[in-house]
Parts: sequence; C-alpha cells; structure tokens
Amino acid sequence: MASQHHDQLVGHEEGHHEGMTKGRIWRVFFYLLAITALEFFIALVLVHGGVISKGLGVNIVYILLTLLKAYYIVAYFMHLKFETFGFIMSVVVVFLFIIYFIALMLTEGTYLKGHFNPFPFWPNT
Amino acid sequence: MSTTVTQLDKVKTGRWNGGRSPFNVEYGKIMMWFFLTSDAFTFSAFLIYYGTQRFAHLTWPDPDKVFQSIPFIADHGYPLVFVGIMTFILIMSSVTMVLAVEAGHRNAKKEVVGWMIATIIGGLMFIGCQALEWTHLHHAGFWWGSIPGQEGVSPEVSLAPFFSKEISEVSAQQFANLFFTITGFHGFHVSIGILLNIIVLGMVLANTFERRGSYLMVEKVGLYWHFVDLVWVFVFTFFYLV
Repeated sequence: MASQHHDQLVGHEEGHHEGMTKGRIWRVFFYLLAITALEFFIALVLVHGGVISKGLGVNIVYILLTLLKAYYIVAYFMHLKFETFGFIMSVVVVFLFIIYFIALMLTEGTYLKGHFNPFPFWPNT
Repeated sequence: MSTTVTQLDKVKTGRWNGGRSPFNVEYGKIMMWFFLTSDAFTFSAFLIYYGTQRFAHLTWPDPDKVFQSIPFIADHGYPLVFVGIMTFILIMSSVTMVLAVEAGHRNAKKEVVGWMIATIIGGLMFIGCQALEWTHLHHAGFWWGSIPGQEGVSPEVSLAPFFSKEISEVSAQQFANLFFTITGFHGFHVSIGILLNIIVLGMVLANTFERRGSYLMVEKVGLYWHFVDLVWVFVFTFFYLV
C-alpha cells in the first residue's frame, strides 16, 4: 500500500517535471551567467571607471539583480515554480518575517549610527 | 421526486477535499524544503546583522581593497576576479546538479553518475578556492579576533591598505569576525553538501534507486545543493559587491 502510494506520487510528479528540459536548464544557466556578468560590468567598469560612485543607488541595483538570480535558482533549479500553489505558499510566505527583520535592523542601525557618531575614529577601542 | 443531486450531496473533487495528496510532493522532499527554509532564516540573520553593522559604522573596510588577489597569479590589483571564478564554479556545479536530477527523471543511471561526479568536483574546487581566500586573508592578519597590525606600528599605518575612507579598528574587527563566520558557515554547508553528494553517488552506483524505481533522493540532495548556491549569491553581493 505504502509503496503503491509512493509510486503514484512519483508518477504524478513526472508530469510536473516536463517543465524542466535540458534546453531550459541551459537557458536558465545563461540567464544566471548574464546577470552575474552584468554585476561585474557595473562593479569593474562603471564603479571603478568612475562613471558612477558607490552608494545607495548602485547597491539597490546589485540587490535587485541578486533577487532576480535568487528567483531563477529557486523557481527553476529548485523547481518551486512547478509545485502546487499551496506548497509554494507554505515555503515562501514566511519570508515576510525577513522583510520585517530587515526593517527592524535598519532602525537599530540608524540608532547605533547616531550614537557612534560623536566618537573619534582613532583611538576608538 | 426530483433526481437532481443537491449542492450539498455532490462529491467534492478539489485538491483539499480529501482522498489525495494536496501538495503532491513526497514527504522527504517537503521536509528538505522546510529545513532549507529554516536554514535560510539562519543565513538571513547573519547577513542582516552584517548589513546592520556596516550601516551603523561611518567607515568600513573597502571590499575592493581587501579582496584583490588571485592566488598563485597576482597578490594585488585584481578586485573581484577570484571571487568571480568562485561564483562561476558554484553556478556551474548547480547546473550539473540539475542535469543529474533531470537524468534521474529519465532513470538514466550512467548520466546521473556522470553529472553527480561533475557536481562533486565543482564543490571541491569551490572549497579549495575558499581555503585559498581564507589563507590569503589570514596572512594579511585578519582572523577571528585579530586584525592586521604589529607591535609598535600605528593601526593607521597597518590598516591603511584596506580602507578608502577613514580608518577604524572596530570596523575592521567586525568585518573580519563576520567575514570568517559567514563564509565559514557557508563553507561548512558546501562541505556537508559534498558529503551528501558522495553518499548519494554511492547509492546510485549500488543501484539502490534503480531498484527503488525513482531517483527522488538525487532530487532532495539537489535541493540542498542549489540552496548552497543560492546563499553564495547573497554572500557574494553583500561581502564583495556592495
């Protein structure tokens, strides 16, 4: 009974996996490679070349590109895109807490920044 | 008498109406996903703490100045090149892993073996690069609880090569501690991943999955391996790019 149930699951899943062919795997690989290359282009050519300066703007671009890469890895390589809606939600929704955590720690960081400010850099033991 | 079935008596056939597996995912795979979710929280906590510290300090070591060597080739002057190679190795090994999973769906044992060996080699190469990176920083003087400096030399002199703005011992120390902790924790995950891959490869070679009729275990270890790659994507951004 148990093994029959297992086989059924595997059989069902086979249907899902049609979404991930060899061609698609390599396409996602080239997307990832292209995004990484773009990050290097921004870092080495634009920032080092003095076209744009380091700061909030370029950091937001880096973070957006990183999240895009994360999406491709999770959705296609980890196959989450092809799972059922309920399962996707059970994995993804908790990350709302991470957004809240980032907000909290930025508040904390702002407070610390204000209180580190009056102290000299050196000597600062 | 009416023969129509009332709305209440109709047999419901929805995903959540019982009699079927609503997630349609095997138990072990669900548990791997939930473990990875919890692990993602651990890494998020590490990286968010790093972000907070960096944000809170008025000055911070410049990653372009700290990481600018290519082992055996150049000691300085090439920011991002070596970590670029490491990133490429890890993405590449992620691709070979997903190809192993794909071959598993076709029950093609030989291909699974080949791609898994490629994945293991990729993992070992990454760990090797990580070791070189650590060695380089350790020689420069960074370690848990220590930053570059010698007796009688002012920190302003010994730390000068690593900062673009003003110099801060506190920032340098926070950077060193967090760098070794976070990349160390990630490297630990990679090592475990290599070990799991070797075990599963052994099972593939022993025909375990052939007899079981499915290569689901390759898929589970694959999920873990992709997660390791995923974490590296974030570590790369927050330590090397930003």
